[in-house]
Amino acid sequence: MAEIEKRKITKRFWITLVSAPILMLLFAVFVMPPIYEVLCDITGFNGTTGKVDTEQQYDDVDDERLVEVSFFASTMPGFPVQFGPKVTSMDVVPGKFYTTSYIAKNNTDKEVVGQAIPSVAPSDAALHFKKLECFCFDRQVFKPREEVEMTLRFVIEPEMDENIQDVSLSYNFFKLDS
Amino acid sequence: MSTAAHDHHGPEKGLLRWVKTTNHKDIGSLYMWFAFAMLLVGGAFAMGIRAELLQPGLQLMDPQFFNQLTTMHGLIMVFGAIMPAFVGLGNWLIPMMVGAPDMALPRMNNWSFWILPFAGTILLSTFFMEGGAPAFGWTFYAPLSTTFAPDSTDFFIFAVHLLGFSSIMGAINIIATVLNMRAPEMKLMDMPLFVWTWLITSFLLIGAMPVLAGAVTMMLTDRNFGTAFFDATGGGDPVMFQHIFWFFGHPEVYIMILPAFGVVSHIIPTFARKPLFGYSSMVYASASIAFLSYIVWAHHMFLTGMPVAGELYFMYATMLIAVPTGVKVFNWVATMWKGSMTFEAPMLWALSFVFLFTIGGFSGLMLGIAPADIQYHDTYFVVAHFHYVLVTGALWSIIAATFYWLPKWTGKMYNEKLAKIHFWWAMISVNVLFFPQHFLGLAGMPRRIPDYALQFADFNWISSIGAFAFGASFILLTYVVIDCVRNGTPAPARPWDSAKGLEWTLGSPAEYHSFNTPPSRAVILEESQHS
Repeated sequence: MAEIEKRKITKRFWITLVSAPILMLLFAVFVMPPIYEVLCDITGFNGTTGKVDTEQQYDDVDDERLVEVSFFASTMPGFPVQFGPKVTSMDVVPGKFYTTSYIAKNNTDKEVVGQAIPSVAPSDAALHFKKLECFCFDRQVFKPREEVEMTLRFVIEPEMDENIQDVSLSYNFFKLDS
Repeated sequence: MSTAAHDHHGPEKGLLRWVKTTNHKDIGSLYMWFAFAMLLVGGAFAMGIRAELLQPGLQLMDPQFFNQLTTMHGLIMVFGAIMPAFVGLGNWLIPMMVGAPDMALPRMNNWSFWILPFAGTILLSTFFMEGGAPAFGWTFYAPLSTTFAPDSTDFFIFAVHLLGFSSIMGAINIIATVLNMRAPEMKLMDMPLFVWTWLITSFLLIGAMPVLAGAVTMMLTDRNFGTAFFDATGGGDPVMFQHIFWFFGHPEVYIMILPAFGVVSHIIPTFARKPLFGYSSMVYASASIAFLSYIVWAHHMFLTGMPVAGELYFMYATMLIAVPTGVKVFNWVATMWKGSMTFEAPMLWALSFVFLFTIGGFSGLMLGIAPADIQYHDTYFVVAHFHYVLVTGALWSIIAATFYWLPKWTGKMYNEKLAKIHFWWAMISVNVLFFPQHFLGLAGMPRRIPDYALQFADFNWISSIGAFAFGASFILLTYVVIDCVRNGTPAPARPWDSAKGLEWTLGSPAEYHSFNTPPSRAVILEESQHS
């Protein structure tokens, strides 16, 4: 057999070829999800809402400007708690804090544990929709046959785009085990 | 076995030859036959789907089984038929095209093929499990595939892991072969376009397949080990699944089309009897398509509630892909311009590829327009679009390549008359099958449903009739190929007069070990695609 003049396959080349897919896998599992979470927080993408810790004063609050906030509720299939907003919508002035509540009734004879996940649309509004107090911050325990009123205190920051006149807030209740 | 010198031995005798083989031609054939078998299986599922959709109402199956069929049809066709067929073509052709004796990593090559039948069996066996096969669509969006999926989903996950493994090993092998086994006198810009497009595809595979593996791994831990990557109750997000899936999924569609571009760039110059127009622009266009494919994924997700800025970015980036793709189509047409064209079977397939793939490309542009996509999303328009690019695109090029290189592989010529009858049969029926689906989609018929409103009845009936005719055409294709292998007339080393490429300097059929001495610079230039 004639001698074949080969290009040299270097060790570094092998390490690169084999480690590239492995690194890409690790990237997908351990880097992409945190990046996604950070992006959602920064951009309000996907309706992720924000939180404020104190009832702060906002500058230039315009009492003439009104935004209609609509409240929606849903539950995941098989979640045995009736759940809905007390009022379906309210007009709010951006920069002022408002309180409203949701009502939930456990229709079973067992204790049910659930977690509400909020979502705000449009997503440009989600950035400026801040909650001071919300039942969605914690898991909720519903005693058998109990009806509870759960409060929500929120503010829409005045920085929100002036063109947005309707904002909707929806909660979806998920069942937690135990 | 004879006492022939070690360096001239032929294939081993008996069936074990195929299990133990490390020869790129054997493994290429195994890949091609496996892909063909899977094509028939996936095609049978498609026949079931179209039979149910022939008339409105539920006739043949319950909706759950219908969903299993659509899911498995997609998975089998993508991972079992198209991708292995291209790896098979790459195995057969790349070493011959770059003047190498074999692939760089023959044992790994054997392994990466033999994983496939097991992965395919695991995937198909889910039909016989309690709860049935996965029924969440080939895109397996969470939470359908996590919270609400049957237990068999874990087998599906394992099968996807194996398929990913196989593809990544195939890609590593091709990169190593092209970069290290290439004839010493062959520069990168001397390489034929099929080699170029496959090299670029390999990088796409290495970047994208591990992300798919990551996505199914997260699914697995969500399902069984209490994590909550895609579960909102635990702080995860189901929409993130779509981002990760399409970060894999969009490069994946170019994995399935770039080698097709390469095939067509070989066939058109041969039968137009002119050198390929714009060789280097073809290379750069392929590379730009590959790069762009990584940054446009969210155009599959315009309806998930994206910020307007995101929609605009993904829309414009998507439109940008039309530029290098347009360069390619222009170059193919310019190659034919004033050529002395003849229309043998491979040319017919390649020509109809250019025509029909472009239709699929245009409907893709329509889908990429964010405001228009609100109407088109998840309708039959999408189904029509991706079948035009994958059936009359990827599959068409595979059939074209099969006819074009069949004389080289088998040493025999196929029956040109039968091949032409088969072409026209498939060409007409595939359009009867998929073209009306554009109208169905624009009228609002959703995809993945076993039943539909009465207004959609006529076009569905036409589409189903086309489907049955198209399905039957594969019986003829099988006959033509087997007839060629068994009874074909002997083919010369260069069966197409103006064909260029190092593979044609070998005998027909190509020797078991090719290019023990690398070709010289003069031969490489003589056979190159430069104009």
